[in-house]
Amino acid sequence: MLSWPLLSLLIAIPMFGAFIILVMIRGDEEIVARNSRWVALWTSAAVFVLSLFLWTNFDGSTADFQFVERYQWMTGLDIAYHVGVDGISVLFVILTTLLTPLCIMASWNAIKDRVKEYMIAFLILETMMIGMFSALDLVIFYVFFEAVLIPMFLIIGVWGGPRRVYAAYKLFLYTLLGSVLMLVAVIAMYHEAGTTDIPTLLSYSFPAGMQPWLWLAFFASFAVKVPMWPVHTWLPDAHVEAPTAGSVILAGVLLKFGGYGFLRFSLPMFPLASADFAPLIFALSMIAVVYTSLVALAQEDMKKLIAYSSVAHMGFVTVGTFTMNVQGIEGAIYQMLSHGVVSAALFLIVGVVYDRIHSREIDVYGGLVERMPIYAITFMLFMLASVGMPGTGGFVGEILVLLGIFQVNTWVAAFTALGVILGAAYMLYLYRRVIFGQLTKENLMQITDLSPREIAIFAPLVVITIWMGVYPSSFLDFMHVSVQNLVVQVEAAQAAANILAGVAQ
Amino acid sequence: MITAVVFLPLIAAIIAGIMAFMRHGADEHRSHSIDRLSQWVTCGALLLSAAGSISIFFDVALGGNSYTYELMTWIDSGTFEVSWALKVDSLTAVMLIVVTGVSSMVHIYSIGYMHHDRHVPRFMAYLSLFTFFMLMLITADNLIQMFFGWEGVGLASYLLIGFWYHKPTANAAAIKAFVVNRVGDFGFALGIFCVFVIFQSVDLDTIFAAAPGHANDTLEVFSVEFDALTIACLLLFVGAMGKSAQLGLHTWLPDAMEGPTPVSALIHAATMVTAGVFMVARLSPVFEFSDVALAVVTIVGASTCIFAATIACTQNDIKRVIAYSTCSQLGYMFFACGVSAYSAGIFHLTTHAFFKALLFLGAGAVIHAMSDEQDMRKMGGIWKLIPVTYALMWIGNLALAGIPPFAGFYSKDIVLEAAYAANTGVGTYAFYMGLLAAFLTAFYSWRLLFMTFHGAPRADEKTMAHVHESPMVMIGPLLVLATGAVLAGWVMYDNFVGGSVVQFWGNAILVLENHPALENARYVPTWVKLSPLVVGGVGIVLAYIMYIAKPDLPARMAETFRPIYLMSFNKWYVDELYDKIFVRPAFYLGRQLWKVGDGTLIDGVGPDGIARAVRMLARRVSALQSGYVYHYAFGMMIGVVTLITWYLFTSAG
Repeated sequence: MLSWPLLSLLIAIPMFGAFIILVMIRGDEEIVARNSRWVALWTSAAVFVLSLFLWTNFDGSTADFQFVERYQWMTGLDIAYHVGVDGISVLFVILTTLLTPLCIMASWNAIKDRVKEYMIAFLILETMMIGMFSALDLVIFYVFFEAVLIPMFLIIGVWGGPRRVYAAYKLFLYTLLGSVLMLVAVIAMYHEAGTTDIPTLLSYSFPAGMQPWLWLAFFASFAVKVPMWPVHTWLPDAHVEAPTAGSVILAGVLLKFGGYGFLRFSLPMFPLASADFAPLIFALSMIAVVYTSLVALAQEDMKKLIAYSSVAHMGFVTVGTFTMNVQGIEGAIYQMLSHGVVSAALFLIVGVVYDRIHSREIDVYGGLVERMPIYAITFMLFMLASVGMPGTGGFVGEILVLLGIFQVNTWVAAFTALGVILGAAYMLYLYRRVIFGQLTKENLMQITDLSPREIAIFAPLVVITIWMGVYPSSFLDFMHVSVQNLVVQVEAAQAAANILAGVAQ
Repeated sequence: MITAVVFLPLIAAIIAGIMAFMRHGADEHRSHSIDRLSQWVTCGALLLSAAGSISIFFDVALGGNSYTYELMTWIDSGTFEVSWALKVDSLTAVMLIVVTGVSSMVHIYSIGYMHHDRHVPRFMAYLSLFTFFMLMLITADNLIQMFFGWEGVGLASYLLIGFWYHKPTANAAAIKAFVVNRVGDFGFALGIFCVFVIFQSVDLDTIFAAAPGHANDTLEVFSVEFDALTIACLLLFVGAMGKSAQLGLHTWLPDAMEGPTPVSALIHAATMVTAGVFMVARLSPVFEFSDVALAVVTIVGASTCIFAATIACTQNDIKRVIAYSTCSQLGYMFFACGVSAYSAGIFHLTTHAFFKALLFLGAGAVIHAMSDEQDMRKMGGIWKLIPVTYALMWIGNLALAGIPPFAGFYSKDIVLEAAYAANTGVGTYAFYMGLLAAFLTAFYSWRLLFMTFHGAPRADEKTMAHVHESPMVMIGPLLVLATGAVLAGWVMYDNFVGGSVVQFWGNAILVLENHPALENARYVPTWVKLSPLVVGGVGIVLAYIMYIAKPDLPARMAETFRPIYLMSFNKWYVDELYDKIFVRPAFYLGRQLWKVGDGTLIDGVGPDGIARAVRMLARRVSALQSGYVYHYAFGMMIGVVTLITWYLFTSAG
């Protein structure tokens, strides 16, 4: 345990960096851009290094929240600034701090206008994301959860592609509905339990009659974030219009908000409703996996294809979460982490050629391996991770989720596993059209391979992807106890309800 | 020792892979030395690995010292615990010899065959990488690690089929191989989950020990109550069918011939495609407790063996003939396992590895000599020009057709005898199908031989002038394999399927007492023992009549029996069928779901619909702002009236 406020520092430093950029950097446009980039990079790199203390000092043998800080905020209302992490959230914080500096590096040359504002937006985004994953008070959580949208909305709306405004508003519209319902639920929970403290709420039993409503309200918000079918259509548009780094954060971190929310709130706080609604989740996820995989097969835009594949992969996450057994939940968390790395890398991969040719159309490319062998092999690795090749991070999550769901329902397992076949089809088909074939197109003749900066971006992701595939225990050990605890808690609540039901009869 | 055997190829693959990048953009002299170096590294590693395998074979298979070497934990989640571990017993030891033996020969052969290619280090890296995955597969001590090797060899196969990435056909074949195998792996994965549900473990030794106790368990899968072990075995067998190209999931194998010929020899004949047979033999302690699963294995194997043989008779691409032949021979191995003669299946696997690799590499030498021509209709009359290759092809064919004393004679006979001796309905079916296929095998083998080497030359003069014997680096490995094709049968007979069978295999293979097919194979009637040889002879004679004595006969027969000919020539239209019912609908559906599902329905009703509604409402509301005072006054009047009315009504009530 550390004696200094690590989590608060992680939350505050990016904000501080943003403040520095805002007030300190003045002068010539060129200089402003350069200094903003460097300040943003150093800030986010410092945050990453600092976050490694979470890795080294986390105690995997307890399910309690760690690195906890609590300061009373609204005393009379029992609302506090309360942060901490457990085995479920800790790795998401590190995922965030890892991806942010990579995103800033990836934006180095791609963003040319309003660099200062862009970097400010990104650093604020990081603050919000870390805050979201470590919040232990419902109000704090809600603030971070929603506030994340503001910088994201701006990144898409200001630095995005031609249809950026449409995409930004679509994102906004979808999330709005969920947010309003969630806010109502938060108020209802406060009214019922008298506190917004998450650890307290985790051990509070909400009345069986109230749970379905609360569950549905949270579901509305989380399902959009995941995104689950049929509220997924904002994602392809947002990805297509967002700048590369925006897509990376969107796929790498923001999509995990929903999955994390299910694990933090829906399952432990509303266990009875979760059990009742599990079939709904399974049905929607099964449709998501098969439907979006088929749609991915027909895509002509690289980013859209990967966006749809994200929806399919997140379908595995929701299935795993609601199996409510250890393998399923650990698989879901693992799938989120590996998808965070792999999909981020795939969007960066698209960004590499987009920076050079300024097109995302698959047909514009072909035969890139001739000129870009390092790019080809990097793409190959992440493509394989995406299709769940054993030995990469993608496999572990998928196999655990499928193993978990097979014990609950074999039909769901089979349908979800179909996604593995279709996934191979659309990813290999994409790879073939971009990388293989004859290099005949005029504008590709002089295309250059990865630059040292780009190699530096991909190298850590390559290492982590293989590490996650070969020795997943490094990561799974963080979550065992917390997940076990969650499963036991959910089962106990359901068992108690069954006994009550028995008595009532 | 075993770690060195398994990991040397991986290290070599990584080194050669790095060299492939160094070669990019290097000048001619430098790239030549890089090529050389990569060949030395990979061939050296493979030869060392093969030497290690031989020593392991003596220690483990002949000495009886089986062991498991634990490396580290892999996945651990709740009760699901998986390690990286290397299991070595007699079955593994035999497979080690086959894999490293054939692989090292193919590595050396590739030095000559890929001589002119621009991507030598990449090719060598892929070959070594494949070998590593294959070794992981056969040394797996749990099902998940087997799955790792399983998907890994699939990846290597994908990379090597698509090695010449500028060829669209090669790319298509590579994707097809991967995706069709994924269909098999889908079954494999579900099978693993069944096993876990039944045994709460995926560790092989744990499963084997517990299998008898679960013989009568039931398991509900897909809302149907199955015998637990049967459904597990059947699902696992789907995986085996994919990898070993059995009926239904065979379509990728002939297309895989798009890859360079050494690849066809190593992966698509000798090693990877036999993984399914290996899996069934490895899991014999589970399969033994499910007669239904064994019967299915027998039927699928026997049907594939005859089905593929009928196609091989009419193909004109020299490699495709051998590919269908492989498919057919794999069928033999499967039905041997199906009648519980696992060791006979593995015996045939071993001899087949030698003679089929020989045939493929020989075909490679022919293709090399004919300036990359693969169509047998454009060959002929070259046997005097390349006598060594010609002789080696004869040896391969004699072994394949099961002519004594070549290797295939011993293994094919024991397989057929065991099928007959099983004395079951499916066993008898397998025997007759196998016998018929043996006739066709001899026929298409000599058809290949005659069309390729005899008759009038049908190639153009330039090609004919260029026909030459292959260099020593290619002939050498062929000689080694030919030695195996000649000797492997009678040298190994006693240990594999003869008197020492129990002692040799030890615990690696389990056969229950009520499955005595292999034991009884010794006592089958004489006509059963002789008939494979007789039908083989008839097949050869028929090929001689049709392709040497009366060369116009095949065309006339094709005309007379046109429907049958077309059926065989077009591979029973399986590809066309799959294209119609799977591939096209998938793309069509994807497009429809995207445009109509996402576009019209979800977006149309959802965000776009709301936006439209809001816009419309706004337009209506703004229309009210007309600017005329009396409009507003009128509006206010209505408001006041409404309010008063409402107030009066509620207070009165």
